[in-house]
Amino acid sequence: METSAPGFTKVRGMDILARNNVTVQGPEGAQPMVFAHGFGCDQSMWRHVAPDFADRYRVVTFDFVGGGGSDPAAYDADKYASLDGYRQDVLDVVRALDLRDVVLVGHSVAAMVGAMATIAEPERFASLVMVGPSARYIDDEGYVGGFAREDIDELLESLASNYLGWSAAMAPAIVGNPDRPELGHELTEAFCRMDPDVARRFAEATFLSDNRDDLPRVPVPSLVLQCREDVIAPMEVGEYVAEQVPDSTFVVLEATGHCPQLSAPELTSDAIGAWLEGRVAA
Amino acid sequence: MLRVNATFLTWTGRPLEAVVGRRLVDLLTPGGRIFHETHYAPMLRMQGAVHEIAVDLRCGDGSRLSVLLNATLTRDEHGAEREVLVAVFDATERRRYEQQLLRAHDEARAAEARAMRLARTLQQTLVPPVPPRVRGLTLAATYRPAGDGSQVGGDFYDVFPTGPDEQVVVLGDVSGKGVDAAVVTSLVRNTVRALAVLHHRPSSLLAELNDIVGFHETDRFCTVVVLRMRREPDGAWRVVVAAGGHPPPLLLRPGSEPVEVDVNGPLVGILTDQEYTETELRLAPGEVLVLYTDGVTEARREGELFGEDRLCATVGRLGAADVPGLVAGLRDEVVTYQGGVTHDDIAIVAVSPTPDVEPASDREAGPDRQAGPDPETG
Repeated sequence: METSAPGFTKVRGMDILARNNVTVQGPEGAQPMVFAHGFGCDQSMWRHVAPDFADRYRVVTFDFVGGGGSDPAAYDADKYASLDGYRQDVLDVVRALDLRDVVLVGHSVAAMVGAMATIAEPERFASLVMVGPSARYIDDEGYVGGFAREDIDELLESLASNYLGWSAAMAPAIVGNPDRPELGHELTEAFCRMDPDVARRFAEATFLSDNRDDLPRVPVPSLVLQCREDVIAPMEVGEYVAEQVPDSTFVVLEATGHCPQLSAPELTSDAIGAWLEGRVAA
Repeated sequence: MLRVNATFLTWTGRPLEAVVGRRLVDLLTPGGRIFHETHYAPMLRMQGAVHEIAVDLRCGDGSRLSVLLNATLTRDEHGAEREVLVAVFDATERRRYEQQLLRAHDEARAAEARAMRLARTLQQTLVPPVPPRVRGLTLAATYRPAGDGSQVGGDFYDVFPTGPDEQVVVLGDVSGKGVDAAVVTSLVRNTVRALAVLHHRPSSLLAELNDIVGFHETDRFCTVVVLRMRREPDGAWRVVVAAGGHPPPLLLRPGSEPVEVDVNGPLVGILTDQEYTETELRLAPGEVLVLYTDGVTEARREGELFGEDRLCATVGRLGAADVPGLVAGLRDEVVTYQGGVTHDDIAIVAVSPTPDVEPASDREAGPDRQAGPDPETG
């Protein structure tokens, strides 16, 4: 279980840690900060942000079962048919490392999964950071989610058309990056790997979910980070989340796209750091 | 979008001013947009390039164009993102073909699952999963198809009454596997049931069965062992055994090594008009008769057979006291011997007289009870 800085060190010795491909860095005994990735990718999403906190937090990243470097044998189609299965992954990781006073950072659907985890075991969590959250993707009466039911069906079809896009075999085919030779080694890795059937079920669990009732029950101080232009979780969706979570702070990042931790990692780190250190009033 | 070529404008049916200044994701369908934003955009940032993203572009006239996108992210000397170069390929035909392939793939998977279910169901109709409860007799049986169980195997067994306190036990092995083998298995099993009523002697039953299978259009043949068992007043069973090309049953008596019952006859269904012999024995409580198929003795490990000697040693070691335990233990031993992968079906049936008469209430509960508690019928 012992790990050492610098860099992400693979933690071994416990089933859950191997199952969820858990990595730990940062000083032992420091406050834990757990990063959870959303649909469509894996913990590599946090590669430019998580290390920014490793000087003062015990930083934990992991892959949800079914994605990245998680154990494929652990995938259970019934368990992961709803977000409850993913919430259990978060709780399993937190328990396996026996973490308390956790800062939980969730991106996209993992923001809601994180909210569910804090509700389930409030004693483990100190605060919640939601990056690009949406409580419900499909429009409803009196609620704007940004998508119609048909759009989600189309997404599921689109996943089927991109069958190959998920397979691990794709990434190594991408060769040469004369602009950034230092990325050479990383190019041999496969990012965001996921079995196409798993991806489809995760997409259904994510985009058909409705977590609006969970929001008022979030028991910890929360930060909602909203990108200025996000086609997945538009501004009004983020505002809704911030309004519904009792003790929340709403911060708009001057970033486009759904993944500010990649498109604007410094802004993202700064915003999270500032909030954690109390530089932004709640 | 900073710059696009004329082909892109032609394909999308949009004027230059409707494209430049907008984001590429704005031209995607909502589903494609989610997919792009959650999967490909992160990959592009991390890997610097993505290949063959299948998406639909929304054209100016409301129609859709299926395309493949290759995208490369360029950066300046400080590593800051500069621009994304996107090559767009018309994929209309390819997408249609892929959808057909995908449909064929899905159908093939569904068909395979159906075939697997059918095979298992068929197998279950051929092999009774649980042997019937018979007064005064302990019966245990096991059946394990070769490999992953997706094929219907050729081994079968059956136990049925032919009168009060009279039972017929059949165990057989049809050559080959698959559907034609299953047809013959079904023929043999049902024919034996019919013949058992007509022919009291197992030897004449086998002679008749041999002709029926022999005249059948199938090329397949089988090996069969038949027991006709009659319960005696003292609780022992009188057993008449006949076999056609089948490994003889093993008889295990307390205090001695297992011995083969001395019985054999020609394979069933090859040459018509054959004669079969039979052997009679008395099976007392505490003694057990073990019927098995050649999946037991011909199990292989690195070319070496499990063999009769190992079979006798295993049966002797497991003993007659626990009949279900004997059957399960023997099966496990054979499966383990092969490293867990069975290359042939394994069927084992063991019978042993039950020492004590069951309580009357229990007897009456059984649906296939032939006789009441009156000992006169036994």
